[in-house]
Amino acid sequence: MSENLPDPAMRRSISIAMAGSGGAGVMTAGNLLLEAAAHAGYYGLMTRSSGPQIRGGEAAAMLRIASHPIEGPDDRFDALIAIDWLNITRFAAEIPLDAASLLIGDPAHGDAPEALRKTGARTVPVEFKKIAKSIPGGWPNMVALGLAAELAGIPRAGLEAAIGKSMKKGGDARKASLAAAQAGRAEAAALGPWPRLAPPEGARDARWLVTGNQAAGYGAIRGGVRFVAAYPITPATELLEWMAPALAKVGGALVQAEDELASINMILGASYGGVPSLTATSGPGLSLMSEALGLGVAAEIPIVVVDVMRTGPSTGIATKTEQADLNIALYGLHGDAPHLVLAPNSVADCVLTTQWAVHLAESLQVPAIVLSDQAFGQARAVLERPADVSFATRRKIAESEAPDYKRYALTGSGVSPMAIPGTRGTTYTADGLEHSERGTPSSQASDHLAQLDKRRRKLEAIDYGEYWADVEGEGELAVVTFGSCTGPVREAFARARADGLAARLVSLRLLAPVQPERMVKALAGVRRVLVVEQNHGAQLLRYLRAEYPIEAELSSFHRPGPLPVRPDEIHQQLLQWSRA
Amino acid sequence: MTAMPAVAITPQTFKSDVKPVWCPGCGDYTVLSAITKALAMLELAPENVAIVSGIGCSSRIPAYTTCYGFHGVHGRALPAATGLKVARPELTVIVAGGDGDGYSIGGNHFLHACRRNVDLTYIVMDNRVYGMTKGQPSPTTEPDWDSKLAPEGTGLREFHPLVIALASGANFIARTFSGDPNGTAKLIVQAIRNPGFSFIEVLSPCVTFRPEQRGWKQLVRPSPVEPTDDPARAARRLMTDDGFNLGVLYVGNRKPYQPAKAPSAKPADLEREFAL
Amino acid sequence: MKQAYAMELEAAERYADFADQMEIANNREVAQLFRKLAGIEGKHARQILAQMGWKRAPLGVQPLRWEGLEGVETGEHLELHYLMKPFHALSIALKNEERAARFFAHVARQDLPGAVRDAAAEMAGEEREHVRWVKQWIARVPQPGTDWDRDPDPPNVND
Repeated sequence: MSENLPDPAMRRSISIAMAGSGGAGVMTAGNLLLEAAAHAGYYGLMTRSSGPQIRGGEAAAMLRIASHPIEGPDDRFDALIAIDWLNITRFAAEIPLDAASLLIGDPAHGDAPEALRKTGARTVPVEFKKIAKSIPGGWPNMVALGLAAELAGIPRAGLEAAIGKSMKKGGDARKASLAAAQAGRAEAAALGPWPRLAPPEGARDARWLVTGNQAAGYGAIRGGVRFVAAYPITPATELLEWMAPALAKVGGALVQAEDELASINMILGASYGGVPSLTATSGPGLSLMSEALGLGVAAEIPIVVVDVMRTGPSTGIATKTEQADLNIALYGLHGDAPHLVLAPNSVADCVLTTQWAVHLAESLQVPAIVLSDQAFGQARAVLERPADVSFATRRKIAESEAPDYKRYALTGSGVSPMAIPGTRGTTYTADGLEHSERGTPSSQASDHLAQLDKRRRKLEAIDYGEYWADVEGEGELAVVTFGSCTGPVREAFARARADGLAARLVSLRLLAPVQPERMVKALAGVRRVLVVEQNHGAQLLRYLRAEYPIEAELSSFHRPGPLPVRPDEIHQQLLQWSRA
Repeated sequence: MTAMPAVAITPQTFKSDVKPVWCPGCGDYTVLSAITKALAMLELAPENVAIVSGIGCSSRIPAYTTCYGFHGVHGRALPAATGLKVARPELTVIVAGGDGDGYSIGGNHFLHACRRNVDLTYIVMDNRVYGMTKGQPSPTTEPDWDSKLAPEGTGLREFHPLVIALASGANFIARTFSGDPNGTAKLIVQAIRNPGFSFIEVLSPCVTFRPEQRGWKQLVRPSPVEPTDDPARAARRLMTDDGFNLGVLYVGNRKPYQPAKAPSAKPADLEREFAL
Repeated sequence: MKQAYAMELEAAERYADFADQMEIANNREVAQLFRKLAGIEGKHARQILAQMGWKRAPLGVQPLRWEGLEGVETGEHLELHYLMKPFHALSIALKNEERAARFFAHVARQDLPGAVRDAAAEMAGEEREHVRWVKQWIARVPQPGTDWDRDPDPPNVND
């Protein structure tokens, strides 16, 4: 892990978890730690976990802080800082520890549970409660924050900037928090020598602190979305909440709907009116939206639906991630209903992919489903500012008084100009019923075939360009994946290179319509393909087998959520496979 | 929004040449005629009017006009119309459908559309039956009406849409009868002019599955009282209403919902919030 | 007289609407009959125009409602049936004409300026003529049998 660093005792990434219950304020501390790292120039990623209680439950903030851009979690945690041990074992599987880890807890709360001790981690007592009490207005979580910051090697200035910014109204509360944090930092000194984070490698100025949900919302607005219908659902709600004021600022509107059936139909209505529109939901909501998505396909109305995937099926585990909505995204509409399915492959990529989805939906007059997930949506990241991208084409609009206007005219490209209400001489009725070129309902076989061909032709006729997938690296071995597995795969590749193993990555951004020719090209010279995905049913593997003429030997690494996929899992798979 | 017509605007301006599928005698014919009359009276241009519907006999109506039409899925006309109107407030948006589409599968959206009070005019052609699917009870069907799906009747108290509309916040509530095309046309004009969510229930007989509804001619009457703007008084009237009082029954003064849309920033400005 | 004009015009428009509905239902015979009636009412309307010497039709006059919700001479939608026979269509016409005759007779008896009463009396006479003429027409068409509305096929489903 320490490559070519000036001081072999330094490292490029450190992972720290903080846990506590009953109002301990672990999330607050975690966020401040991330912000401190951000102010100090580092990159980072924070995810959260909690018990089911609405209040007072156990919570864990899991951070990775790095001197270089990162896209996913590491294999293990260097430290678990527990303000108390109450019910902490629920997080044991999410916070892997080993003999090199520190298990830091308050002796006032007793010993660490056996499940954590048996990892071999070095137990370190720190009296958070007592220390906090000794500082007027001090809280244990701030002590823990200071300790964590020192462990991570975040300079004092960064920590103070973060605390100061979050407590602007400040005064005594700010002073007390700073003092408590300082006391925590002092505790870390007592731990002895500890590998520090290397200095940050990137350009300080061009970084963002952002969640995947925010990034997707921003991408949507950049793409031109100006109407959103919102129904809250974990873990997509924050995307909608971010968009409410953002849309208002750019002259758009957000309406809260009474259910997902309403939100999907609202955006169809708004888009029919000429305004690019979007909604965001998760698996259960997407199921409800199936019928109206089909209406969008049949009536050729562009919309974007962001599915922030969570563990399924049914209500599943709302606060955890999984990649198991591929099937419903691809196949969930009744009838033959070709449409777009895309998936961002990093938090930063949520901007580009959502923006691209809007562009494609508008150009092709078709619904687009964007498969984000909870691992992205609710992760808070410090990352390199994504490059600006712009897409030139827009919705093809019928001109006023167009002679003999036919809304669903059988054009060569399959895309027929769309009349926007308010335009004279081009009135028509958009219909889910099968229709003639004019849009009049028709049960004629010739019309049905002609319109089916049209709706498929328009998606197949265009050149999707370079964004269809990220294709990286060379080798006889390849990994095909999508979404949040991409980051761990990239990291696994970096490690495998150190072992002398070279592999190619194909991370699909455009999942539908299929791109068989491009895939053949991308896999030229590859003898074995490992398909990596986070679901129980190997959905991507089956899709690839069915739709892509892959000659190479196909193998699958797939497991369901809720635990994140980690680089070492992939690394081991690659090693195994390369030897076999 | 008034048009600058090159030709005079008449009801014929709004009639398309698509032939309705309805049975002769169907009440929906007069509603179509009343809508075209009303739009002509308001001197609107067809391109500035949108008619949004769901699924059912009544929902076929958009294609029979020369306005922009949206024939969506069953029960979801109101949200589609809401999205359209919020995105394009300058359009006149009319929502049309039947009692099954509007009060059963569309029931939830009905409540919230009344509540949200977006400037729409919702016309429900109520024939107390699911006509398109061949004669099942609807929420407004009488409890003892015999059908295949519910022999000897559902036994369920029927839905009272006007009461629900009032309780949910509709800003204009009226009832009319398809046997009164001119009265219906006038009512539609009033409803469109009234800001906010205007709800018109049209008693519209289904001559095929409920031929006895021809007898509604004898049962309807002009409402014996003037419209009120007092919700409590309206509530008392509507709770004792027998379903055959015609006319405007309630006119409220709630402000219509229309999110303000003057931009104050450019999209690129939004990223400042993320920038370190 | 403006009222009379509006009445005839609305009657004509309504018969034309009926004709359209009958055509869609493939009831050609009755469709043609309604077209004829529409034409006749239109002719009555033009006669009034000529008689009054009006260059242009009086606009914006709503026909009075009397004995019901519709115009005096306007047919009611609810009376239609897709299998109706000419007898039924003419019975509608007969009802309309009789109502019109009653209406003008009623106006002629009201306490109104003499010119109006005279005009009403004249119109009443005209309508009675129409009544006689429709009755003659009815006598010439076959009486419908008891199974005139028999359709062995059930109604259709579309959506």
